[in-house]
Amino acid sequence: MPLSTIFPEFKIIRDKEKCIACQVCVRQCAFEAHIYDPEKDEVYSDDSKCVGCHRCEALCPTDALNIIKYPFDIKDNKNWTPGILNDIYRQAESGAIILTGMGCDKDYPIYWDRILLNASQVTNPSIDPLREPMELRTFIGRKPRYVEVERSQERDTVKVKTQLPPQLRLETPIMFSAMSYGSISFNACQALARAAEEIGTYYNTGEGGLHPDLYKFGANTIVQVASGRFGVHPDYLNAGAAIEIKIGQGAKPGIGGHLPGEKVTEEISRTRMIPTGTDALSPAPHHDIYSIEDLRQLIYALKEATEYKKPVGVKIAAVHNVAAIATGIARAGADFITIDGLRGGTGAAPQVIRDNVGIPIELAIAVVDSRLREEGIREEVSLIAAGGFRKSSDVIKAIALGADAVYIGTAALAAMGCHVCQKCYTGKCNWGIATQDPYLSKRLNPNIAARRLVNLINAWSKELKEMLGGMGINAIESLRGNREHLRGVGLEEWELRLLGIKPAGEGW
Amino acid sequence: MKRIYIHEEYCIGCRLCEIHCIAQHSRSKKLIKAFKEEFPRPLPRLVVEESGYISFALQCRHCEDAPCLSACLTGAMYRDEKTKAVLHDKDKCVGCWMCIMVCPFGVIKRDENNKIVSKCDLCNGEEVPACVANCPNEALEYR
Repeated sequence: MPLSTIFPEFKIIRDKEKCIACQVCVRQCAFEAHIYDPEKDEVYSDDSKCVGCHRCEALCPTDALNIIKYPFDIKDNKNWTPGILNDIYRQAESGAIILTGMGCDKDYPIYWDRILLNASQVTNPSIDPLREPMELRTFIGRKPRYVEVERSQERDTVKVKTQLPPQLRLETPIMFSAMSYGSISFNACQALARAAEEIGTYYNTGEGGLHPDLYKFGANTIVQVASGRFGVHPDYLNAGAAIEIKIGQGAKPGIGGHLPGEKVTEEISRTRMIPTGTDALSPAPHHDIYSIEDLRQLIYALKEATEYKKPVGVKIAAVHNVAAIATGIARAGADFITIDGLRGGTGAAPQVIRDNVGIPIELAIAVVDSRLREEGIREEVSLIAAGGFRKSSDVIKAIALGADAVYIGTAALAAMGCHVCQKCYTGKCNWGIATQDPYLSKRLNPNIAARRLVNLINAWSKELKEMLGGMGINAIESLRGNREHLRGVGLEEWELRLLGIKPAGEGW
Repeated sequence: MKRIYIHEEYCIGCRLCEIHCIAQHSRSKKLIKAFKEEFPRPLPRLVVEESGYISFALQCRHCEDAPCLSACLTGAMYRDEKTKAVLHDKDKCVGCWMCIMVCPFGVIKRDENNKIVSKCDLCNGEEVPACVANCPNEALEYR
C-alpha cells in the first residue's frame, strides 16, 4: 500500500499514571480508536481513527484521557492551512467528494455577535420578569388582515365574526428543527417529541415519516413533506399539527438527501415506506414543482387532505434571491415560511456545498421581513428562522429582526450530548444520536435527553424574559420586527442597510 | 425495601458499574489505587450480562424467599433485619459453594483468593450503591 499523507485530526493523550486499563474507552469508541492489549494489560490508542467526539474522555472514570487537536505544524501559511492540505490528501487518495455533517464551520461573519440589544433607562421603565407577567406565547399561521366584530345591541356584547385561519400555539418561540428518523435514532426522535410536548412547542419529523410509537405526540409534531415523499400518507398528514413542505435545507441548498441503505433498518423501512436496505434518495428538486404555481398546487393539495384544519408551510434555504422567493411562497398560500440559513445543519452533505452555498440567516430574516412588509403581506405568513441558533440572545435578535419563531437543531442535539464532531454521515455516532446501530442508539436514554432538552428551552425562555424585561417589553409579540431595539457594531453601511438596523451610538 | 432496578434498554455495556464496584469494595475505595496498587484486586459484586447489543448489569436480587439463605450450611448468609438485604458474613463462610448452586440468578461468585463467596451487599450503608451512582445512562435505578 502506498504511503498515506493524511494526518490525524486529533491526538489522544492517555495519562498512563491514571489509566487503569478498565477498557471503558475501548467499549465506547465505535471508530475503534482505543485498543486493549491483553498481554500487557494495557490500552493504547490510534490517533488516526479519532474523530474528536470526546465520548471516551467523558466516560473515562479516572480522567486519564484528553483529546486535543493534532499538532500538525507545517510552515506558516494563511493560504495552505493544515485543514486544506488534509482535504487535498484525502481527495487525492479517494477521488471522491468529501462528505460531512452538521452546519458550515467556516469563518463567515456571525451577525448575531455584531448586533446589540437595547434596554430601558429613566424615560421608560424596565420590567422585572420575576415579579410581573411576561408573555412568550407565539402563534404561527396566517393572520387575518383585519378583525370583523359583531356588536349585539341588547346585551352590549361583542362577537368576533372573522374566522381565524389554523394556528400553532407555542409557549416559547423556539421549536426543534426537522431531523428525520433515519438521520437520528428513534430515541433521539422520542426525546425531541417528549420535550416539545412538555414545553408546549413543536418538533419536526423531517423527511423520515412518523414512527407509529410517536403518533401520540401528534399535537406537538410538524410533519414534513419533502422531495422523496418518504412516509407520506393521509394518516401521517393528519397526525401532525402542521405540515411543512421542504424545498431546501440551509446546509445543502440545491442538493437532495441520501440515507445510505445500511441505515434503512426494518423499522425505518416501515416508517419511510421503502424496502429494507435500499438507499433513501431525496431528489434535489421536487419533480412536480417548477414554479410558484406548482407549489401552490401542492400547498392546496395538502390543505385539502387535511380539510384546511392545519397550517401548511414551506421551508427553503436562504439563497441570494430569498426575499422574492419568500413573497412568492406567501402568495402561493403558505401559512408559514421557514428559512434555513448558511449555518443550518445536516446529517450528511458534500463539504463544498455546506461551506460555500447560501447566505447568513440574519440577512435573510431581515430582507424577507422587509420585503413582505413592503408588499403588505407580512401578516399573511409567519416567518420561522433556522440555521445555527446558539443561544437565547440569537433568538431574541432574530425576533427583533422580524422572525416569528426559530428552529433549533444543533443546539438541541448538543443538549442531548452531541459534540459536533461532524461525523453524522458515518452512522457511528458514539453519543447514540445520529446512528441506527442498536449498540450505539441505546446510549441515548430518552428520559435523560428529554429532561436536558426541557432544561435548555426553559433556561433560554427565562433569559428571553430577562432581556425583554430589560427593554421594557412584556410580550415577545411587541418585539417582533421591532428593529429599533437593535444596533450594529463593526458593520459596514451595506450590512446595516440590509439588516435594517442603525449603528450603535445612533439614537432613535 | 429499596432495590436496584435494571433498565436493560439503556445499558450501554460500558462496565463502569463493575469498575466502581471493585473500587467500592477495595481497601482504599479509590479507583486508581484499587486498580494499580491493591492486589489481589477485589472481585466485582455484580455481573454484566451481554449478548449481542443487549446487556445489563445484574446484582443479587436480595430475594424475599432467598434460596441461598436455606442452602447455607454455616449460617454465613443472613438477612439484615433493618434493610432486609441478604448479606454474607465472611468469617462464617467455609466456601462450600452451596449458595452458588442454588442462586437462580448466578450472581454469587467464588472469591478464589479467600476461599469464600462474594456477593452484592448494596454497598453496605451507602445511600446509593456505587453501581447505580456511577451508571452514566441511568440504566440502574435504586428505589
